[in-house]
Amino acid sequence: MNYHWNWRVFWEPAPNGTGTYLDMLLSGLVLTIETAIRAWVIALIFGAVIGVMRTLPSRTASSIGFAYVEFFRNMPLLVQLFLWFFVLPEILPNSWGLWLKQIPNSPFYTATIGIGLFMSARVAEQTRAGINSLPRGQQLAATALGLTTAQTYRYVLLPMTLRIMLPPLTSEFLSTIKNTSVAITIGLIELTAEARAMQEFSFQVFEAFTAATILYLVVNIVVVIAMRFVERGLAIPGYITGK
Amino acid sequence: MFANFDFDVIRRSLSYLFFDGMTFTLTLTSLAAFGGIVFGTLIALMRLSGYWLPGRIAGLYVDLMRSLPLVLVIFWFYFLVPYIGQWLTGSSRPVRVGAFASSLITFTLFEAAYFSEIMRAGIQSISKGQPAAAQALGLTYSQTMRYVVLPQAFRNMLPVLLTQTIVLFQDTSLVYVLSIPDFLGAASKVAQRDGRLVEMYLFSAVVYFAISCVASFGVRRLQARIAFVH
Repeated sequence: MNYHWNWRVFWEPAPNGTGTYLDMLLSGLVLTIETAIRAWVIALIFGAVIGVMRTLPSRTASSIGFAYVEFFRNMPLLVQLFLWFFVLPEILPNSWGLWLKQIPNSPFYTATIGIGLFMSARVAEQTRAGINSLPRGQQLAATALGLTTAQTYRYVLLPMTLRIMLPPLTSEFLSTIKNTSVAITIGLIELTAEARAMQEFSFQVFEAFTAATILYLVVNIVVVIAMRFVERGLAIPGYITGK
Repeated sequence: MFANFDFDVIRRSLSYLFFDGMTFTLTLTSLAAFGGIVFGTLIALMRLSGYWLPGRIAGLYVDLMRSLPLVLVIFWFYFLVPYIGQWLTGSSRPVRVGAFASSLITFTLFEAAYFSEIMRAGIQSISKGQPAAAQALGLTYSQTMRYVVLPQAFRNMLPVLLTQTIVLFQDTSLVYVLSIPDFLGAASKVAQRDGRLVEMYLFSAVVYFAISCVASFGVRRLQARIAFVH
């Protein structure tokens, strides 16, 4: 290989004037995490609501939930981001579209909302699977005790479901972090984009990508370890995941 | 809101979108799915082989691929493949690799990690009695896998493998970051040339949606049929 390795490149100043190349990558990492956490909040809220709707006895509610999930699951994330970023401001009434286009930092907000809604469909599926995995007796017993549907969900089904769902939710959160890199296409300068920029400025392709790879791995490991503690703390005694 | 919607730009570019773009996307999807399932099965066999080193290597490979974003992996291979080619052929300069070959290698190797997890689950779902019986009949390890375990594992996992292929079909749109004209790339080229972003992106969204919907409906039917036979 006639590739010139230069691992000290990380301490050289980057031409965009924000410090060294390492600072550049780290600021990308911060943006990745910030986007992922905000998108995750959106995904959890919408996903939980839609997931519950899909299990409700009401036909209307479950069809709305079904349509929602199919809508967000059957389009590539990239296409969805393009729809939010390029198409939405154009099809809204003029003044709204203009306002949308003038929001500063719009790639960040678009990515947060776009990725959040995309992931919410998957969270909804996990929620539905979690609720359906509970023994039917729980719901029947709650009904027999005279609880309303809302009370059954609030006091019986959801407290169980949320704890059962933690392991699959961890991997959905990891997907959210990885998916933030798709927002590179609408101009979000997150970790992958910073690595790419570093490659273009310094020509040190493999150093830049190696550093990004290691940072993604570290984030993954931290999330997995943190969630293992949470799972252990919240595990339901007597269930497979419980002790 | 559709007052100045220009349907003609879609009609004019249909042949480019489908004959060039969609052909690229579908060829890439099917070849990468095939290669990914083959490699994925090999990785799964390595992990379940019971030998420490191959199992370890396969496990690390799967974990590494699954913790990286696809966009980063696409960039990695785009820059790495020419050097690997140089190393393999012993030439003095990095080998030039075309857009299609580069993305095919990327998607095959990336999806192999995901397919291997599916195949591993499939192999583990076969009851222990089956390989034991095969061994009692005098079949070698490779015969046991080839004639007894893998056909059943593959059949049981077919719906999951196909669902993953639909995900792969959607993921191929990410070759956009290398400005390769797959279906979305072609749509976006036309969109930028004619200044018709709204029409082209809405149209490609509808096409992706329709294909994925039909495909996942088909998978659901297949799943019901497989479940019925059992």
